[in-house]
Amino acid sequence: MIKIKINGQEQSWDGDPDLPLLWFLRDEVGLTGTKFGCGQALCGACTVIVDKEAVRSCITSVNDVAGREVTTIEGLHPNGDHPVQKAWRQVNVPQCGFCQAGQIMQAAALLMDNAKPSHDQIREAMAGNICRCGCYQRIENAVHLASTGV
Amino acid sequence: MNFIDNPKKLRGFEKHVRIEKVSRRSILKGLGVTGGFVLAAPVMSRQAFAYETGAGKMPHGVVVDPRVFVAVAPDGIVTIVAHRSEMGTGVRTSLPLIVAEEMEADWSKVKVQQAHGDEVKFGNQDTDGSRSTRHYLIPMRQIGASARIMLEQAAAKRWGVPATEVKAVNHEVVHSASGRKLGFGELAADAAKESLPSVDSLKLKAPKDFRYLTKGQISIVDLHDITTGKAGYGADVRLPGMKYAVIARPPVTGGKLVSFDPADAMKVSGVEKVMQVRGWPWPSKFQPLGGVAVIARNTGAAIKGRDALKIVWDDGPNGKYESVAYRKELEEAARKPGLVVRKEGDADAALKSADKVIVGEYYVPHLAHVSMEPPVAVADVKGDKAEIWAPVQSPGGTREDVAKTLGIPEENVTVNVTLLGGGFGRKSKCDYALEAALLSKELGAPVKVQWTREDDLHNGFLHTVSVERIEAGLDKSGKVIAWRHRSVAPSIASTFAAGTVHQASFELGMGLVDMPFEIANISCENPEAAAYTRIGWFRSVSNIPRAFAVQSMVGEIAQATGRDQKDMLLELIGSPRIVKLASVKDLWNYGEPYDSYPIDTARLRKVVELVAEKGEWGRQVPKGHGLGIAAHRSFVSYIATIVEVAVDDKGKLTIPRVDTAIDCGTFVNPERIQSQIEGAAIMGLSLAKYGEITFKDGKVQQKNYDDFPVIRMDESPLVTNVHIVPPGPDTPPSGVGEPGVPPFAPALINAIFAATGKRIRSLPIGKQLEA
Ligand code: FES
Ligand code: FES
Repeated sequence: MIKIKINGQEQSWDGDPDLPLLWFLRDEVGLTGTKFGCGQALCGACTVIVDKEAVRSCITSVNDVAGREVTTIEGLHPNGDHPVQKAWRQVNVPQCGFCQAGQIMQAAALLMDNAKPSHDQIREAMAGNICRCGCYQRIENAVHLASTGV
Repeated sequence: MNFIDNPKKLRGFEKHVRIEKVSRRSILKGLGVTGGFVLAAPVMSRQAFAYETGAGKMPHGVVVDPRVFVAVAPDGIVTIVAHRSEMGTGVRTSLPLIVAEEMEADWSKVKVQQAHGDEVKFGNQDTDGSRSTRHYLIPMRQIGASARIMLEQAAAKRWGVPATEVKAVNHEVVHSASGRKLGFGELAADAAKESLPSVDSLKLKAPKDFRYLTKGQISIVDLHDITTGKAGYGADVRLPGMKYAVIARPPVTGGKLVSFDPADAMKVSGVEKVMQVRGWPWPSKFQPLGGVAVIARNTGAAIKGRDALKIVWDDGPNGKYESVAYRKELEEAARKPGLVVRKEGDADAALKSADKVIVGEYYVPHLAHVSMEPPVAVADVKGDKAEIWAPVQSPGGTREDVAKTLGIPEENVTVNVTLLGGGFGRKSKCDYALEAALLSKELGAPVKVQWTREDDLHNGFLHTVSVERIEAGLDKSGKVIAWRHRSVAPSIASTFAAGTVHQASFELGMGLVDMPFEIANISCENPEAAAYTRIGWFRSVSNIPRAFAVQSMVGEIAQATGRDQKDMLLELIGSPRIVKLASVKDLWNYGEPYDSYPIDTARLRKVVELVAEKGEWGRQVPKGHGLGIAAHRSFVSYIATIVEVAVDDKGKLTIPRVDTAIDCGTFVNPERIQSQIEGAAIMGLSLAKYGEITFKDGKVQQKNYDDFPVIRMDESPLVTNVHIVPPGPDTPPSGVGEPGVPPFAPALINAIFAATGKRIRSLPIGKQLEA
């Protein structure tokens, strides 16, 4: 039996320990905010935060996070008012929105690590997250805004 | 009052609804299959609104009835139906906002309700062709105005005053003479009993009184949900007892299942069942390809199970499709005369007598949509009833196709439209919903069919592949006197009808026969090309290769004559005029009447001039940088783009700045226009730099975002500026979702030439600059 803390709640799993965390979250726990975009760590749509690090849940097994703390978009802030989320709304970032949970989790992890990233650092840190709608200019501006105070 | 769910009143607008025998869902969209009935409601009379659109000719036309689209609750909450699909354009906000504007509803008291697929009730729901605002600006205003008048009439009756003395203002009706006021909620029940005003009697707001339209101050309704993970996409639907499925499909279009061994798949933890899925022979529109489904308790187990399947396929007639050889075929066809689809003067003779002939042969490969959300659908089929939840661009078409596929009446099918995680034309084809319906029927349980990214690339409906060959003849003075453009590409029509070798009028009409240049001798030709895979609509469709070819040729002519690119472009566009295309038999014109939406070169010139001014054309740029320009009319909008590129000595590209000017006529939300154009620049850059799907042995060679890359943040333009042309009075609205894409690649390619002296004629750029 694998135990994981997800958004502060204990969850357990006694199925295939190799099951990607993404599908455990989405299909078994019902946390559908984390998205499937590629399954190969190429797009970032499935990004969650494990302890303090951004992780691609599509190539991370449930076993890999046994006993650790996982934060998904649903758990980032109780009212959805994390500075990154607020900045996203202020800048009207999303188009279709499908990539945005992953983008927001990646940006939140970036700011934990580097509270005042430069534009170049933002562009580099966010390069693992694809937005097929092409919201990059606004994502960059929103991360910058979140880092300077919303 | 509850305007919604009053199906008996549906035909309240009978006098505006005519029943016509025209092509049913014109595959059908313009491919000219006849039979069946369509309800068409041409509500926009010329007298009333100065222009007409093609909306009434779409399957099921337009329904203008507030009782279908608006409900006012006693607590004052106004519910407005969004009947088009949201895939990132903002339409789910924009259309209801138009209604709210006109009915004087306070947007903070408005709830948006997504319509299910029902075109008899809501009118056409095909969210494609950059049509939503174009076709619905006036109908939505009329719906809002009708609702407002009904509320005003109810208040006037209550107070016993003439209706002319009352006025709806921001969610209340006021009688200023007596200072009395009643909220919309208080009037709801009475207003529902009022008779519907006639469309012709409606007086719409003057633009100066707009509170929301054209202001760009209202954010999309899903913004909070998107940023908190609550927004519901197709894959997020969960039903009690739902099974999770992935399907192994034939790797070659037209291939068939020979045999499969489920033993190893069944050993995977969580896998419950392996079963065959019915397939249809190619081509059969959007019907499933068939294959083997793995059913499991979660998607991860289903994918792992599928990896363990042993399958033998028969590749069928397309097993030899190979991209290198196919390109040669297209090139050879482009070097010989083909079906003439436009002819003015005598281009052949003029080319012979020309002082100089410039030849450009341009290649654009197959492209895949790779919308961020891969295709996915949930179905629950019980007996002769089916309910679907899916991210579909065509909810009405999906309903029809599910009914046909299951052999049940359309009324028994409910299609719930989720948010779409991107569409770009892929989700106009509902094959994934049909797969889910078939599986659910057989399993007797709700099923979610999830496509992986690999499935999306291997079994999609690709953008065509094309060779565009242009020969331009110049006289001694450098004036272009002849233009011969041959376009060779497999047609989307091949997905509907076997043996198709010519492009359909809607494809020819995307930048070939509607080319706006003022040249005395023009010949447009369409040599034959057969298809060997499923071809489908991709954001802006044939405009991608056409704008690439035509606008690159402008650059080439400028280059050959030592002229400035922008001056050359304006000279070719020529005098401000309405282009006459007498020789074109079937000018599609995006389905719009030509007198409302003619090719107006004054508007094309205007966007070129505007982008040149705002984008500082001719500015000094550092060494290794270059500026390029391109302009194109598509989806009846006019767009011009300037790209600044920097190419370093290793051939690495960066894009310091992009400027785009757009004239999309009367618009609703400039903020969403901006976001569409910003996104279009990224998509244009993606396809120019990387976009290429290739075939070998009939199979797509790319698998995922690693070998079919798209632009990421670190390579995206540093800044994209959008300049919107203010509309003239009564300028009809035109497309926004797609037109931004076509001019990007040629502007970039022209910029690369300016920076490096290298002329790229084959996309993607790939490693071409590295040598
Ligand atoms: S789904 Fe995990 S990175 Fe794409
Ligand atoms: S908003 Fe659509 S993929 Fe990013």
